[in-house]
Amino acid sequence: MPDVQSMVAEFVNKLRKRKIEGSQATAKCTVELLRSVISHQRVPHANQAAALIDAVKAVGQQLVAANPVELAVGNVVRRVLHIIREEDLSLTTAAMAGLDLLDASDDDDIDNCKGIGYPAMSAAVVAAAARSTLRPPSLQTLLEGTPESATVPYTSSSGADSESKTADKSSLTRKLKHDVIEGVNQLIQEISGCHEQIAEQAIEHIHQNEVILTLGSSRTVLEFLCAAKEKKRSFRVFVAEGAPRYQGHLLAKELVARGLQTTVITDSAVFAMISRVNMVIIGAHAVMANGGVIGPVGVNMAALAAKKHAVPFVVLAGSHKLCPLYPHNPEVLLNELRSPSELLDFGEFSDCLDFGAGSGSLQVVNPTFDYVPPNLVSLFITDTGGHNPSYMYRLIADYYSADDLVM
Amino acid sequence: MESRRNPRAVVDPKVRQVGFFTSSQPDSSSTQQQTEPISASASASSPPVSTISPSGNSLSPVMIPPPRLNSSDTFPLRNAAAGATSAVSPSSFSYSNRRDFPDGSTTASPGRHSRGSFVKSSAPVASSLPGIGMDSMAAAKSSSVPASGLTTVSVVTMPPGLAENASGMEVQSDQKKNSKSLKEKTTKAERRAIQEAQRAAKAAAKADGGKVPPGTSASLASTSVKVAKPAKPSTQKNEVAVSAGVTEKKGGPSEKDRKKDAPHPRMQYDDESRVVKAKRRAVVKQTEAKNRVELFRHLPQYEHGTQLPDLEAKFFQLDPMHPAVYKVGLQYLSGDISGGNARCIAMLQAFQDVIKDYSTPPEKNLNRDMTSKISSYVSFLIECRPLSISMGNAIRFVKNRIAKLPITLSESEAKAALQSDIERFINDKIIGADMVIVKHAVTKIRDGDVLLTYGSPTAVEMILLHAHELKKKFRVLVVDSRPKLEGQLLLRRLIKRGISCTYTHINAISYIMHEVTKVFLGASSVLSNGTVYSRVGTACVAMVASAFRVPVLLCCEAYKFHERVQLDSICSNELGDPNAISKVHGREDINYLDGLTNNANLQFLNLMYDATPSDYISMIITDYGMVPPTSVPVIVREYQKEHLLV
Repeated sequence: MPDVQSMVAEFVNKLRKRKIEGSQATAKCTVELLRSVISHQRVPHANQAAALIDAVKAVGQQLVAANPVELAVGNVVRRVLHIIREEDLSLTTAAMAGLDLLDASDDDDIDNCKGIGYPAMSAAVVAAAARSTLRPPSLQTLLEGTPESATVPYTSSSGADSESKTADKSSLTRKLKHDVIEGVNQLIQEISGCHEQIAEQAIEHIHQNEVILTLGSSRTVLEFLCAAKEKKRSFRVFVAEGAPRYQGHLLAKELVARGLQTTVITDSAVFAMISRVNMVIIGAHAVMANGGVIGPVGVNMAALAAKKHAVPFVVLAGSHKLCPLYPHNPEVLLNELRSPSELLDFGEFSDCLDFGAGSGSLQVVNPTFDYVPPNLVSLFITDTGGHNPSYMYRLIADYYSADDLVM
Repeated sequence: MESRRNPRAVVDPKVRQVGFFTSSQPDSSSTQQQTEPISASASASSPPVSTISPSGNSLSPVMIPPPRLNSSDTFPLRNAAAGATSAVSPSSFSYSNRRDFPDGSTTASPGRHSRGSFVKSSAPVASSLPGIGMDSMAAAKSSSVPASGLTTVSVVTMPPGLAENASGMEVQSDQKKNSKSLKEKTTKAERRAIQEAQRAAKAAAKADGGKVPPGTSASLASTSVKVAKPAKPSTQKNEVAVSAGVTEKKGGPSEKDRKKDAPHPRMQYDDESRVVKAKRRAVVKQTEAKNRVELFRHLPQYEHGTQLPDLEAKFFQLDPMHPAVYKVGLQYLSGDISGGNARCIAMLQAFQDVIKDYSTPPEKNLNRDMTSKISSYVSFLIECRPLSISMGNAIRFVKNRIAKLPITLSESEAKAALQSDIERFINDKIIGADMVIVKHAVTKIRDGDVLLTYGSPTAVEMILLHAHELKKKFRVLVVDSRPKLEGQLLLRRLIKRGISCTYTHINAISYIMHEVTKVFLGASSVLSNGTVYSRVGTACVAMVASAFRVPVLLCCEAYKFHERVQLDSICSNELGDPNAISKVHGREDINYLDGLTNNANLQFLNLMYDATPSDYISMIITDYGMVPPTSVPVIVREYQKEHLLV
């Protein structure tokens, strides 16, 4: 256990110091950490799911508190919680199915049934099965309060035979944990594979001789554009440089290395150039449930300009960026102010500032993110396909369970 | 405004007719005899307008209608109605606002202004009767003057010969101006069509004898219009004769004139033959950028920083270049002088030096030689840095003044007149205009305001400092953008004066726009479709502001207005140094693009200006008052008429 504790502490520290950049990297680290938390979590005999959920939640809360602006952390924690709940639910149904059998036959049969009937079933299939068959009961459990209530009848009913019960219990525990970890692994795969999934769709959206504007440095956008380039589409890319972090320079460098026609423009020239642009493609930092986007600073300006000139504004987002929260005043509350030294050198204005004499003061504002309201977004491209902003809430509902929205 | 365009359409074919008729003078005299009564009756039908005008005073804003009246020979009723409605024509702005301008000399401007419209009004009528004898010409002239609301209706009903004498006393002073302005027009025309109009030019020259130099005449004309009228019939006759002669030969070139008024098509750099030609002429040897942006082939894309050492080396060889111009050119090139006003003033002062040191070469005409000199200097300046629109306007003014110098003036007199003209342009149109703008704009700043400005517009800076002096309490957000970071300079100056500031970059504009109450912007030029041509990024700021429902106030001197129209920022623009983008000043850690500058796949586009659509602009504060962007074409029209006579 102590090693998990120290891992969590280390990760929290990293988050707090903003050592990890990019929502994908953060998401990946978070899942991996949660996986080790789950695997190290000693599960009690009763309410194993609840124990796992509590453990994950506890860690999750620490992580979210460490960097509340990095929404990917919260998203991933919720995803893991969702996986636990689904796995638990599918096991419960299996157990309930087994209960029917138990009434008819021996304990051995149950073991057989559990050991042979379901072992190869992957978490996704189980989850899908749970989703299709168990929607009504899950709603019922929701209404009755705690999901654990479903497991209660099983333990109590099988409490009669002690010998076989313990063996059965331990296998069941291992089963849940195993399934959950399997599900988490799948999530990791999904997160690391989202670029390819999104890039596959590039060819459908980029045509010959297209002019594309992008800003910020997003690996998803890079892969997306390169995928289209590999399919022999020729198009040119305008990259806004993205002062004061100049992520655009980074992106431009990568694009040029991959042989794309790239033009770097200043951020102020976005409006001037947008009339000659066919499509704006950006990578999101997070997508809110209302379809709003949090992206690199300056993105709202580009979105407004695109709207003015009726240029499609396309947002690329892996599923780990879908946040189940609705934003309120996101420009301020979901933003982060970086060091002023990126704008003005330290001490540069110290000669003009005279605090004693009640003269003018100087503030420097250097936000990191920008919020784009959903009405400015034309299309979301996620790893599950293209979606309208108004559909995002529904998409998000598939990934999270309602119990976890408030952690 | 519709009715405004009409008269032109009506007048145009007549002018064309004149060009045809001048060649067959004797035959046409009969038809002109017929047309003359028509115009007289037309002006007789106009009295309703002159009664509508609050006074016969020449300072009245109603002085604008005359162009309409004169074309009333076709639509008398309609034009009378139009004249009535246009009593509230936008030029009344100029009047009321000009009046509270502190400088005494500019109170003359309404007078000048109206004279501007006079020229327009009287010229077409006169030219519609080209081949006619002196007397009937004079009659036509005098009958057209009453229509402009100066004298009584009865004059018109009199026979032509009588009218000339009767109205002579009252109209004389105005006619003097009239003929003078007409003459000015002609000397300009004469330059172009000098061979065919030699005789008339002589007549004009004779009339010049009694004329005052233009510099003094403007101040003379201002208030004493009604007072001074010692009429000497002989001089008046002479002047009328001049005007007749003038209009006679005016018929030919007047259309060319109008065509020339339309802005020249700019040099397109994708036209190879012309580029080659221009290169042969060029003083500054520029190497073309290797990695040009395809979309901007039509704009010059040169390697930056290569010309300066070369030019400096050539300093002593450049024989024809005046050192003052040369110095200004180098300053443009190195970026030491930037900003529309600063560049314009520097250029005009260089021209003043040029004029001071000028001496007419033997066997040459001062007017023409100096114009060509100035043109060569201007093309040198263009090679250093493309002209701003404000500079184009100033150059046009200088050339106009040179072209209209009376031939009879001695060289020293002419030089003095030109220098004082340029001085007055700087003082009135640039410095004075800024003072008026400040005066207007300060009324819009209230306590507790949060004002946003972008870049470092001089007018806005003056406004902020003045408001601070008035002890208004406000905060300023300075938004800046790469690569010039001019905002830092503004920020420094504002903080030194004790104004509380917030500094940020243009990407963060949506973040800070929440707290902003007003946006003050500067402009490089305002085009006649209301588009604002300004430092790149202004459009972004204006767009975000209007998205956040924050009013955008644009401060721009009227001499920067231009009749050109532009819809986007691509067709006409200026490209800055592309290397300024790849290298981030003061940030050694940003070096991703080092070594990639010559990669064929990578271009850097450093746009200097952009075009802000007029719907983002709430108000334009100019020296003619605070107007909506839709009023820009009106000011351009009125201003440019005045411009000819400044």
